[in-house]
Amino acid sequence: MAKGIWVYVEQLDSQIKKVSLEVLTAGRKVADELGEEVCAVLLGKGVAELAPTLGNYGVDKVYVAEDDSLENYTTDGYANVIAEIVKENEPYAFLYGYTILGRDLAAQVAQKVETGLMSDCVEMELEDGQLVFTRPIYAGKAFVKATCPESRPIMASLRPNSYIAEENKKEGEVVKVNPNIGDIRQQIKDIVRQVSERPELTEADIIISGGRGMKGPENYKILEEAADVLGAAVGASRAAVDAGWVPHSMQVGQTGKTVSPVLYIACGISGAIQHLAGMGSSKCIVAINKDPEANIFKVADYGIVGDLFEVVPVLKEELQKITA
Amino acid sequence: MNIVVCLKQTFDTEAKIKLTDEGRIDSKGVSLIINPYDEFAVEEALKIKEQEGGEVTVVSVGGQKAQDALRQALAMGADKAMLVDPGTDEVDEYAAATVLAKALSGLEYDIILGGWRAIDDGSAQVAGRVAELLGIPVVNTITKLEVADGKATATREIEGGSEVLEVSLPAVLTAQKGLNEPRYPSMKGIMKAKKKPMDKTTATELGLDSLSAKVQALSFSLPKPREAGKVIDGEAPDAAKELARLLHEEAKIV
Amino acid sequence: MEFKLSEEQELLRKTVRDFAEEEVAPKAAQMDEEEEFDWGLWDKMAEMGLTGVPFPEEYGGSDMDNLSYAIAVEELSRVCGSTGVTISAHTSLCCWPIYAFGTEEQKKKYLEPLANGDKVGALGLTEPSAGSDAGSVKLSAKLDGDEYILNGTKIFITNGGRADTYVVIASVDRSKGHKGTAAFIVEKDTPGFTFGKKEHKLGIRASYTYELVFEDCRIPKENKLGQDGDGFKIALKTLDGGRIGIGSQALGIAQGAFDQALEYAKNREQFGKPISSFQGLQWMLADMHTQIEAARLMIYRAAYLKDNDMPYGKEAAMGKLFASETAMSVTTKAVQIFGGYGYTREYPVERMMRDAKITEIYEGTSEVMRVVIGAHLLK
Repeated sequence: MAKGIWVYVEQLDSQIKKVSLEVLTAGRKVADELGEEVCAVLLGKGVAELAPTLGNYGVDKVYVAEDDSLENYTTDGYANVIAEIVKENEPYAFLYGYTILGRDLAAQVAQKVETGLMSDCVEMELEDGQLVFTRPIYAGKAFVKATCPESRPIMASLRPNSYIAEENKKEGEVVKVNPNIGDIRQQIKDIVRQVSERPELTEADIIISGGRGMKGPENYKILEEAADVLGAAVGASRAAVDAGWVPHSMQVGQTGKTVSPVLYIACGISGAIQHLAGMGSSKCIVAINKDPEANIFKVADYGIVGDLFEVVPVLKEELQKITA
Repeated sequence: MNIVVCLKQTFDTEAKIKLTDEGRIDSKGVSLIINPYDEFAVEEALKIKEQEGGEVTVVSVGGQKAQDALRQALAMGADKAMLVDPGTDEVDEYAAATVLAKALSGLEYDIILGGWRAIDDGSAQVAGRVAELLGIPVVNTITKLEVADGKATATREIEGGSEVLEVSLPAVLTAQKGLNEPRYPSMKGIMKAKKKPMDKTTATELGLDSLSAKVQALSFSLPKPREAGKVIDGEAPDAAKELARLLHEEAKIV
Repeated sequence: MEFKLSEEQELLRKTVRDFAEEEVAPKAAQMDEEEEFDWGLWDKMAEMGLTGVPFPEEYGGSDMDNLSYAIAVEELSRVCGSTGVTISAHTSLCCWPIYAFGTEEQKKKYLEPLANGDKVGALGLTEPSAGSDAGSVKLSAKLDGDEYILNGTKIFITNGGRADTYVVIASVDRSKGHKGTAAFIVEKDTPGFTFGKKEHKLGIRASYTYELVFEDCRIPKENKLGQDGDGFKIALKTLDGGRIGIGSQALGIAQGAFDQALEYAKNREQFGKPISSFQGLQWMLADMHTQIEAARLMIYRAAYLKDNDMPYGKEAAMGKLFASETAMSVTTKAVQIFGGYGYTREYPVERMMRDAKITEIYEGTSEVMRVVIGAHLLK
């Protein structure tokens, strides 16, 4: 009946996204319990070379669909190809990473094959033979455990940083797919890449964020300097975004990005409930704020009541010494 | 230009979440708002209407209370509203999209707008599913939109940047924050809203006899409250040094 | 009896609250500190139709009732007393007398741009020696051909300096006392009309308070509002309605301070538990809330009576008296609940306490309110 745990593997410029390896790790665990195969699906142009890497992360088979028109992601192109692969192979479960691309694709594919999809899950486990997913709702203020009892494949997307990618050597056998791309209705006119040396906010292990206490856009430099020492991403609170200091793409919180890094350093952030919703699942939270009554201290593992402009530069120097 | 906006009523972003004795999400006493991303969609629809002319219809799947959200959109300037009662509480994204698509198929539309996700269940699926059901293209998380000559040109965020996409109309487009600043309803708008048509119907009346969800919620839980940790005393430089040491030696993160 | 707002009133409350919290609240402390109103807020309120809530659309208004207006002032005052009084003085004290006593021409010419927010309005009533004793105005208006010549000063004029249109109460015949008074519409920039000093105040510091100076100021005689002898009556009727506005302002300030205090009490911990778990604090909060609810019922009822063309003078006075004393008591307790922090400008409750005090003084002091209520009882 069951026909494997499948994972859509996301790549950008021939780099496999970290979240895809995390999803493979989670998928492998469940597949072993079920005695099933793990299959990866890789789309793009010249991506077959990535298959061996996937073999190192517990993949038995890599379905590769290559075409010039798949070089850049389009909703229609990718969803058509994957829906066809799904229909042909009838997987038991099909998983994605919950990224901008992943969530766009997942909804289309799920509807094309008329199945259920659980988005942004943080946990996947077998309970009485049923694949059950835990996902945060109300921006992390509650959790729901859900399953897709009848329709197959069971589809779900997993939140980045929910699992730690583990190597697990498997075959990684390449299966070439002749993609039937169909009509792509979204025509790409332009792609603008913002070159950043820093990791993507949602994938970063460490995030250093600034809020109203930053006082102005020019001061984000001190966070960026500290971020570069740690290999961290730089985030912001809604107050800072609404003040126009930094772009919305940096916003962490209910109407911004939801993150769960290993370390979240909140500088000059009061800790409004909407912000906590976006970063509350961080493993370790550090708060630096002048106001001893600031809400953020209630969730912080470590807090410093003080001026961030005095604290952050020293912190950076100290961390530099440690990481050197 | 016929513009349809799909909107959902959600808990206020400041709402504290509690569970009922039965272990479901407790909605008692929670103030309700238009899902903020859907509010961007309403604003964008009004802007297109102001530029191109036409009519804006707002559609919601929900219970009677959702009327308030629709009424607010009417007060902002939408022309008419449609409320579809799904007739069941077990509405997953598949079921919601099925109802919406059915309701929309009875309307004329050139553009369908919505928020890219709702802040309650955060699934980011319904709009895409509706597009699929209606057989029209979707562009998600747009931050800029231009409509001309039967085409929509939209800027949307992608990993590490942005892209500009063009689609022929009709199409579904979902709003990301940054697309616009939603207007406040004007007092006159509030007075006029009551006289605007509000079509109330049910999934059954639309011909959907057995609406079944694909996803089943098994249980709900609240996160374990975080314990406040250690406040590091001392002057700023000393505290910063101590913090670095703790992160290294105690938390073992760096 | 039905203690329920209409769908429109509910939506208006939500809309004004969202606006107040998102646009006004972030500026309130700074405006107070700098003693300067952000007139960009005025433009936004004009766009929303908050500058002419209770007037018909044909005169630039939003065609809502007085209860809606009361709710709007309440919600603005909940985050900023200065913004509340700026709208209230404009609406109740300038737009309303023109609406109630103006000719069709006057309404078209003056009310419309006021109600749609193109212009800002004020009332010139108080004089150095005529405060509570509004009948003893000294500002003189002498007819000279087709013009009146105004001479004298007005003090403590809310929106003074910035307002474009002023309703001014003057004496056309001093020998007749208050029966010799009349009301006039005076435009800013009329020759002979200048502004004296700006008052620096304890509270509502972002609200403009100026002295008006008239020196041989000539205005066309068609700018007279009503007839000779009507001035005092117009002033009193205007103040009756104004009291609904100030009562709503007081109510809003009290509610704002209460909401802050309640939130703080739930979060602030002392002796290892939230201070709200101490009974002494619970009693304080219970009293505050009860007083506020009582004030709300009184104000809303006065507005309801006005909307239904029933006498409301006594009810407006009682509402204003009770709401302003509630505002003072509630804001004082709110500062107490915040303790040392409440006394600092890091938190808004000290500003609210300062803002509350004036509601016991202007548009009739608490003592005058009692006189008015007494007079109604003994009529």
